[in-house]
Amino acid sequence: MTARLRLTAWIDGVSVFAPGLTGWPAARAALAGAGFTATATEIPKLALLPPAERRRVGTIVRLALATGLAACESAAVDPAELPTVFASSGGDGSNCHAICETLASDDRLISPIRFHNSVNNAASGYWGIATGAMAPSAIVSAYDGSFAAGLLEAMVQLATPAETAGRILLVAYDVPYPQPLHAARPISDACGIGLVLHDRDCGRGGARITVECGDEPETRMADAALEAVRTGNPTARGLPLLAALAAGGQQRLVLPYHDRLGLSVALATG
Amino acid sequence: MNRRGFARIDAAHARPRPSLKPVPLTHFTATSCLGTGITATRAALLAGAGGLRPCDFDDAALTTWIGRVDGLEAVRMPPTLARYDCRNNRLAQLALAQDGFADALRSAAARHGPDRVAVILGTSTSGILTTELAYRRRDPQGGALPAGFDYRGTHNVNSVAEFVRASCGLDGPAVTVSSACSSSAKVFATAARMIAAGLVDAAVVGGVDSLCLTTLYGFNSLELLSPEPCRPFDPGRRGISIGEAAAFGLLQRHAGGPDAAGLVLSGYGESSDAHHMSAPHPQGLGARLAMSAALARAGLGAAQIDYINLHGTATASNDAAEGAAVRELFGDRTPASSTKGYTGHTLGAAGALEVVIAAIALQEGLLPGSAGTTRADPEIGIDYLLEGRRRALHHVLSNSFGFGGTNASLILSRVAP
Repeated sequence: MTARLRLTAWIDGVSVFAPGLTGWPAARAALAGAGFTATATEIPKLALLPPAERRRVGTIVRLALATGLAACESAAVDPAELPTVFASSGGDGSNCHAICETLASDDRLISPIRFHNSVNNAASGYWGIATGAMAPSAIVSAYDGSFAAGLLEAMVQLATPAETAGRILLVAYDVPYPQPLHAARPISDACGIGLVLHDRDCGRGGARITVECGDEPETRMADAALEAVRTGNPTARGLPLLAALAAGGQQRLVLPYHDRLGLSVALATG
Repeated sequence: MNRRGFARIDAAHARPRPSLKPVPLTHFTATSCLGTGITATRAALLAGAGGLRPCDFDDAALTTWIGRVDGLEAVRMPPTLARYDCRNNRLAQLALAQDGFADALRSAAARHGPDRVAVILGTSTSGILTTELAYRRRDPQGGALPAGFDYRGTHNVNSVAEFVRASCGLDGPAVTVSSACSSSAKVFATAARMIAAGLVDAAVVGGVDSLCLTTLYGFNSLELLSPEPCRPFDPGRRGISIGEAAAFGLLQRHAGGPDAAGLVLSGYGESSDAHHMSAPHPQGLGARLAMSAALARAGLGAAQIDYINLHGTATASNDAAEGAAVRELFGDRTPASSTKGYTGHTLGAAGALEVVIAAIALQEGLLPGSAGTTRADPEIGIDYLLEGRRRALHHVLSNSFGFGGTNASLILSRVAP
């Protein structure tokens, strides 16, 4: 077998909106041991989109945009300048539910706005409208491995010469589906994780991250309540990475990708 | 928005773009309404014969034409992969069995190691038809979906990548790109990057999208369904015809030896319109950025492109925006056509299907004409091909654009075998 490739980058910005974890500064303290209580995910209000668009978007788009903006603010970069990777297990489940209900009824006239919001890349589309970013936007989905797949896509882009001008924004996001879809795909509460990655150390004190493909078992959260958050949402599979960032120093962890593949991560905080 | 407080990216970080090292496309196959496999697809393109028919899908009561693949109802999934049984994965299964493609994947896995072969596939609606039909059979009391409904195996966007990975015994990164109608063009970019970075040695790329009520009634709600076979770039165009297709390619790191197909992916370019969810940028700015990036990565000038396979959906706004972008970059000198009059718009499969058409064009020395289009829109002013032409081709550019303003352009080139 060929030697495994290691990909390295620096984390310039972080954001998170998850149960009991509202924004990176508060989440960092909670994950570093200040104490965690699972409360409903709070998603910041969205002032960025024009009012007409703002009325049209669902929770999943509000979550993705808030997550991306907070990561850019954390990194002090202009969102319009960054290529993006949007990673999610699926799209807008509430919108999908409404469309399927209409299609199962006698009157199948679905709303045009519902239809264009049904595309899996809706969050990326609204991100462009909101920020003016015309840079490439990758869209990846890998079920419960979507966070790892998104991180890997971002790291590969940084490693490909002349791909990104050195920086990229990863936005991972998933929200619960309404019943009856919820029973078939239980997602407990919304979770968004954003990272701004840089292909070099720009002196902002960001952690160095190195990833490689492997087959080690995924890392779990030591705290039972946090482990419930991690397993309750595909994007929250990225929580061990945030916990390692909060802990600082040298850390190793494995993010789940698929049943024969895990993404091994080494973090070094300066 | 208030952008104060954001640092500008240092101009010194901008770098010149070297050319992409071309990635060999060693195997490919396609199944659409033109037929199963390359031979049927090639024959239809050479004959100028499209495969659209009046809509007879499920009980859809819509006056439109569709590109339907015959025989999917009879396709049987492998017993161990029964959970993946849905129209979309049946279409994938049928297509994988053509042209020795599944065997080529197994050979690649043996040659490189299963963990060194990635699966990167595009779809827009995956197996949502299964959910649409399940919603007709909800429990009258509690509203539950019927027993046996398997969301992960059918509806979830990644079900097709899981199915292909499992059926071909591949262990590398496996991911689905679901970005509407650019999905299976963008997979070529993701796969080329993984190979260039050294993460994998090969990748199965492709797109699979199948007929469902969401897209039929959805495009109907936007008043974009043509009541007749679609006529891309025709001044009398009346909208799109929806099709279904599965198209696959195998990209492999260059091994130095001769390659029978003699084809390489030589460039890709992506961009975002940042304009509107369902309407393209009116001047085609995003389309132009994607095509320019593909040319830059390939190290080619516009004059070196011999043929452009247009996105060409046959909506007035798409044709006008894409036409403006093509005219600005290529003038009226580069022959171009949309092949959606043959296949319909296969949405998330269109990018990969049109790469396969580009591959056939390069191998045959064929510039495909248009099925359906009888007159080229004089307002657009590009060299739009109504009839096919025969000529040796070296570089073909293919466009795919989607809702959300997502754009991807690919360049496929012929190299000496």
